[in-house]
Amino acid sequence: MSMYVFMTFVGCGLITWLLRVVPFVLLKKFSLPKLAVEFLSFVPITIMAALFFESWFIGHPGHLPEINWENLIASGPTVVAAAITKNLLAIVIVGVITMAIVRLV
Amino acid sequence: MDSELTFKSGLKDVLPTTFGYIGIGLAFGIVGKTSGLSILAILMMSLMVYAGSLQFVIAGMLAANSPILGIVFAGFLINLRFMLMSTSMAQYFKKESLLQNILLGSLLTDETFALGMNKINYTDRKLNPVWLHTANIISYLVWAAASVVGGLIGNLIPDPNRLGVDFALVAMFIGLLYLQVISDRSKKLSLQLSVILFVLVAFYISLMFMSSNFAILLVTVLGCLFGMVLERWK
Repeated sequence: MSMYVFMTFVGCGLITWLLRVVPFVLLKKFSLPKLAVEFLSFVPITIMAALFFESWFIGHPGHLPEINWENLIASGPTVVAAAITKNLLAIVIVGVITMAIVRLV
Repeated sequence: MDSELTFKSGLKDVLPTTFGYIGIGLAFGIVGKTSGLSILAILMMSLMVYAGSLQFVIAGMLAANSPILGIVFAGFLINLRFMLMSTSMAQYFKKESLLQNILLGSLLTDETFALGMNKINYTDRKLNPVWLHTANIISYLVWAAASVVGGLIGNLIPDPNRLGVDFALVAMFIGLLYLQVISDRSKKLSLQLSVILFVLVAFYISLMFMSSNFAILLVTVLGCLFGMVLERWK
């Protein structure tokens, strides 16, 4: 591993660690204003939804996003599995099996 | 998921999400290997950087001989969303020591954040260090192991993701999102569904102008603002 590669890891590791840790350190000292708490209360669903919908599209900046049909189709049975089982392990297994079938067909 | 916050319940709760790490970790190892990284470099990156989407970007930028500062700046932008997640998560650990907070924050990921936010719906909105450390450390180890295995199999055997293993990550977010919506009683269902629909539309539009990494960050911020406005307006 060259120095160039290693230093890239050091730099990226450090910046990522700071982004993760600084809020924990600051919140030990300061309290958040009510408005910020309200804003943050929406972070879980927006971030989970964004990470989910990311799988549906392939972006081509400057053009319309392309649809990732495999992921879109496999999402259907996975959502149904979520509604029926309400169990994360079952949901993941159904998702993987569905995707395997979608790719075989 | 139950109301227990122990090592055992942490193990049980994190298990389904590890499938997501395995799929993407294998993919990262394979991509890393084919873009010219050694097994040691793949392992070091997973241990030192520990951030899924950024690691793919780093592998690509290293292969293109990009300047280090450019890669680090890309890392900053891609991972800015961690500040939002850490700020949300830190509110549940204010009573713990500074060191404990630093340790808890160091290994927080999209997945353990989402898991934690689900968990509080079953624990009267409480979390503790044992539970989060368990989820964080298991995730960290599985991620490192999966990326090394991906690097080792490289192009030797057929890509296991062709069988659907990579979809585990998406399925996990579907599950966590669904469970979050049905179990979070602090927000009305119609409000939550409106925010999710907004995220879908905003994400689609954003993708016409930027890469998906930046779209996730922008849409998360816009989605939260949209939710706030909607909640106050009603």
